[in-house]
Amino acid sequence: MEVSIEKDIIMTSENTEKNESVNVQKAKISVKNTKVWYGDFEAIKGISMEIQPNSVTAFIGPSGCGKSTFLRLFNRMNDYVDGFSMEGKIKIDGANIYKKKVHVEELRKEVGMVFQKPNPFPKSIYENVAYGLKIQGITDKKVIDVRVEKALKQADLWEEVKNDLKKSALALSGGQQQRLCIARTLAVEPSIILMDEPTSALDPISTAKIEDLIFGLKEKYTIIIVTHNMQQASRISDYTAFFYLGELVEYNKTKSIFTKPEKKRTENYITGRFG
Amino acid sequence: MNKIQINRWKDQLFKIWGIACTLVGLILLVVFIGDILIDGIMRIDWGFVTDLPSRKPEKSGIYTALMGSLWILGLTTIIAFPIGVAAAIYLEEYAKKGRFSALLEINISNLAGVPSIIYGLLGLEVFVRILNLGASVLAGSLTLSLLILPIIIVATRESMKAVPSSIRDASYALGASKWQTIWNQILPASSGGILTGVILSLSRAVGETAPLIVVGALAYVPFAPGNPLDEFSVLPIQIFNWISRPQHGFIENAAAAIIILLLVTFMMNGVAVYYRNKWQKKWK
Repeated sequence: MEVSIEKDIIMTSENTEKNESVNVQKAKISVKNTKVWYGDFEAIKGISMEIQPNSVTAFIGPSGCGKSTFLRLFNRMNDYVDGFSMEGKIKIDGANIYKKKVHVEELRKEVGMVFQKPNPFPKSIYENVAYGLKIQGITDKKVIDVRVEKALKQADLWEEVKNDLKKSALALSGGQQQRLCIARTLAVEPSIILMDEPTSALDPISTAKIEDLIFGLKEKYTIIIVTHNMQQASRISDYTAFFYLGELVEYNKTKSIFTKPEKKRTENYITGRFG
Repeated sequence: MNKIQINRWKDQLFKIWGIACTLVGLILLVVFIGDILIDGIMRIDWGFVTDLPSRKPEKSGIYTALMGSLWILGLTTIIAFPIGVAAAIYLEEYAKKGRFSALLEINISNLAGVPSIIYGLLGLEVFVRILNLGASVLAGSLTLSLLILPIIIVATRESMKAVPSSIRDASYALGASKWQTIWNQILPASSGGILTGVILSLSRAVGETAPLIVVGALAYVPFAPGNPLDEFSVLPIQIFNWISRPQHGFIENAAAAIIILLLVTFMMNGVAVYYRNKWQKKWK
């Protein structure tokens, strides 16, 4: 009985329809019955879920369960994949992002992304952060300078690099590179940040720094993070979604998922019995 | 002898065979270059480079042929570089992967293997006759451009493919359009490889003789070309012409001209190697 109170905000694929009316908070992202195919292979088998603003949502599940594919739907990064097709509706702030007239470039300014392996451009630190602004046509050097500094501060990297902005980004350590990639994303001022296993290539100390960073960023941003690390999901996320074979098995507050999962499969996965 | 010993013995045998093969190539090259140097090095002076051709071997120079080669080099670069790179960008980034693009790809690879004289015949018909350009530098350059386009396209595509896809993803994820990603990230990152391909293909163009003879390049031109529609000769044709003369003096001239031609191509290859090394370092 207590469980149902928490579940007012959260829905799983089965109870989407009946719970929709009792949503207390307006969802940032709402996904309805979405399916994805790569050629004949059905990678996502009809998922519906809503993601809350200013929160961290973790996607967990074994490799190949579709969580990365699902994440990449939100900034339409799957569009370039050969054989990709999808059906269903994904709304961000109430607007369907897969409508014909939507410009993906505009969408991606709103929905930033940080990747698994740090992937700075082979350019200077400054150029890396300024890139997103320059491609928008911002040429005023003062404006760019201010926003580069702000983004580097937000990503907790400014103190380490403020004297070396002209240095190649490739000279930074892996953890610094990943924070640079976060700064680069923040500079564009998105409202949603997607993170695809952002710490899986990093050492524990760099990982801790990035986790702190994510924790601080959720005040202003909606963050979705794909992770293989159960502890990480339980440490930093407010909500957790467990995916298995292209389906959303369970989606709830992180505390509930990790203390009293409803499905046997979820329990088996988070306790390390498979996956 | 057991199995391991046999294998070791085979290994040694193959090593010796490999060294022998390498030496054959090297020795032949050394003998050839040595022979040329002995014949021609004494003939090279500033006058040889700046003199016009003449009936007397000791008064003859390579000025017109060298200028013709430089004109060909310049025009071919201007024509082939943008077309080749643009075609490669289209095939690599824009073309939908399917039967049509597969067909295009196979044909481009095949074109790289077509004998150069065939290109010469094509150039003769299309550029010299139909477009009425005559036996001009422009017609020659257009013909050579066709010849080296497949090489440029393949080299450009290979170096664009070598740019990690993570760079592409990062650019797209920041809201860059396809063209912005290509222009700001992919082309700068692959420029070393593209330049290498272009320079190597140009150094091939500089050495080509057959297609230019077919197009109508002359063995004897009294003046260096002054505009793209002038008649022209090139170094390889000048060399070919001198070698076929009976007087010994022309043989010396030919050897000296070969040295100059080799210098030009070696220099171009050197620049290409330099860029390739610089480019490879960037990704390590």
